[in-house]
Amino acid sequence: MDFFHQLIQQLINGVSLGSIYALIALGYTMIYGIIKLINFAHGDIYMVGAYLGFFGVTAAGLPILPALLISMFVTGCLGMVVEKLAYKPLRHAPRISILITAIGVSFFLEYTGMYFVTPTPRTFPDVMGNISFDVAGFIINGQQVLIFAITIILMALLTYIVQKTKLGKAMRAASFDTETAQLMGVDSDKVISMTFFIGSSLAAAAGVLVGVYYNTIDPLMGIMPGLKAFVAAVLGGIGILPGAVVGGIILGVIEALVAGFLSSTFRDAAAFAILILVLLVKPSGLFGKNTNEKV
Amino acid sequence: MNSIRKRDLAMLIFGLILYGAIQGMISEKIIGSFWQLNIILICVNVIMAVSLNLINGYTGQFSLGHAGFMAVGAYVGVVATVNFQLPLIAALILGALCAGALGFLIGLPTLRLRGDYLAIATLGLGEIIRIVIMNIEYVGGAAGFKGIPHLTNFTWVFFTMLFTLFFIKNFVNSSHGRACIAIRENEIAAEAMGVNTTKYKVMAFTIGAAFAGIAGGLFAHQFYLISPNSFTFLSSFNYLIMVVLGGMGSITGSIAGAFVVTFISAALASFPEARMIIYALALILLMFYRPQGLFGYMEVTNFAPIKKLLDKISGNKGV
Repeated sequence: MDFFHQLIQQLINGVSLGSIYALIALGYTMIYGIIKLINFAHGDIYMVGAYLGFFGVTAAGLPILPALLISMFVTGCLGMVVEKLAYKPLRHAPRISILITAIGVSFFLEYTGMYFVTPTPRTFPDVMGNISFDVAGFIINGQQVLIFAITIILMALLTYIVQKTKLGKAMRAASFDTETAQLMGVDSDKVISMTFFIGSSLAAAAGVLVGVYYNTIDPLMGIMPGLKAFVAAVLGGIGILPGAVVGGIILGVIEALVAGFLSSTFRDAAAFAILILVLLVKPSGLFGKNTNEKV
Repeated sequence: MNSIRKRDLAMLIFGLILYGAIQGMISEKIIGSFWQLNIILICVNVIMAVSLNLINGYTGQFSLGHAGFMAVGAYVGVVATVNFQLPLIAALILGALCAGALGFLIGLPTLRLRGDYLAIATLGLGEIIRIVIMNIEYVGGAAGFKGIPHLTNFTWVFFTMLFTLFFIKNFVNSSHGRACIAIRENEIAAEAMGVNTTKYKVMAFTIGAAFAGIAGGLFAHQFYLISPNSFTFLSSFNYLIMVVLGGMGSITGSIAGAFVVTFISAALASFPEARMIIYALALILLMFYRPQGLFGYMEVTNFAPIKKLLDKISGNKGV
């Protein structure tokens, strides 16, 4: 019974961590789907979001929700600017060039951030108080409730945008075949820009939620979650939105279980081991379809 | 002796002169201990950059886990010298064999992947290697391995570097190397022309990993302590920057890249953030304006005046 109790508790922790990965992975998968770029800088965008949320709560004294919204908007704009300045000039360059540029942007954000906010970790203020809910003996704290609520709202909103609006239709068309979409009158530059906006603001939301959840943020916090969110995106099938969510949650749960039952030092190794297994067994991911290579 | 061999000989003589000059300055104490350390690091980084270039530049397989193989070489090397009292040369060979074997085992399945996926998979593998080492108590775990004898000196690193350069150069100019370049240019076309792509990709990856292992062994015996944190993917990125800066597919480029990057790191050692911001901007601007790197596919021996000079020297000295 004790083992079972601990298992459920770890599952709850895993799902909340996984929701955060899912939010970051959504941005990854959207951006990859549309311009076939592993945006290494995505994890650092998430870090910027966390810091903006932090300054919103501490320096501006805002409640958590307005701070979250402002952080999402500003970070979204940052994502658009990064795309305009760093990736757009290389739209027709070899893939490796853009990948290296993305690594460069990632370093730039990390260390410029470090220059301005110093490398010392900051303590995120306790915005939820000490609320926790006891559901049949399992403890769910206020932070976790906030994470679940925000994640579900944002995912519903994203689904609405992608499935029901004209922009969403254009995004789907462009990710299916950018050139054909352009011939049909889709302004692909604008669509790519908006994809970066949406993806980056989701990452910002994840950043603020992580700050609330773990109480601590630092300029290099984005590296590992960024890579793991990529793992989540690959696990679910890159370019597929529900895949990113499922992948993120599976990854979060596996990590929580490894940390809870084995050793927390193997957490990061578990994520990469999953990645390699997925790539070897089913590179298109859980939800992906196999595509044939054309010469 | 054909002319290629003569030119090799000329380069070897040039290398010996360079060695004599630097060694002379070290023993005359013109070069202080800080720059002496950096010269050793430059040589180690040249080995790393050239071996990574064989994988990334010549074979076109984007690997981001090179520091992992360096870690294997370093740890195997220190266990060999400290726990088994073997000489440095045996430690380096063992490190190279272990790193190469691991490269072979890892390369076989992962090199089926392409481009971005391979990049992330190798990055992940490099991290897994590091985390596994971190959990082995026998080699000190996360705290690192202490009490390593200082066996590396300029002579060791310089001649190992020279050996690496000649090995990789000859490999690239052989039929195996041409097969690797064909894979870089177009994998499907290479396969259609009868190149066994898996074999050559794994071969390049294994050789690259083995030399990274040698570099790791040299690196470890320079310091009293090594820890898994010296081999994170950030250091893999560092070697990648050297290769990209110098030119993917140019040995001269990798030497230049390793030299420039190590030199800048040393000069900006007291401003770590500024250093990384400069790296980042340099990387982005390089991709905008000169994506092929400083040298592109060019080698220093291809420049007309140097070629002439080398021919002249080898003409006089040969046979």
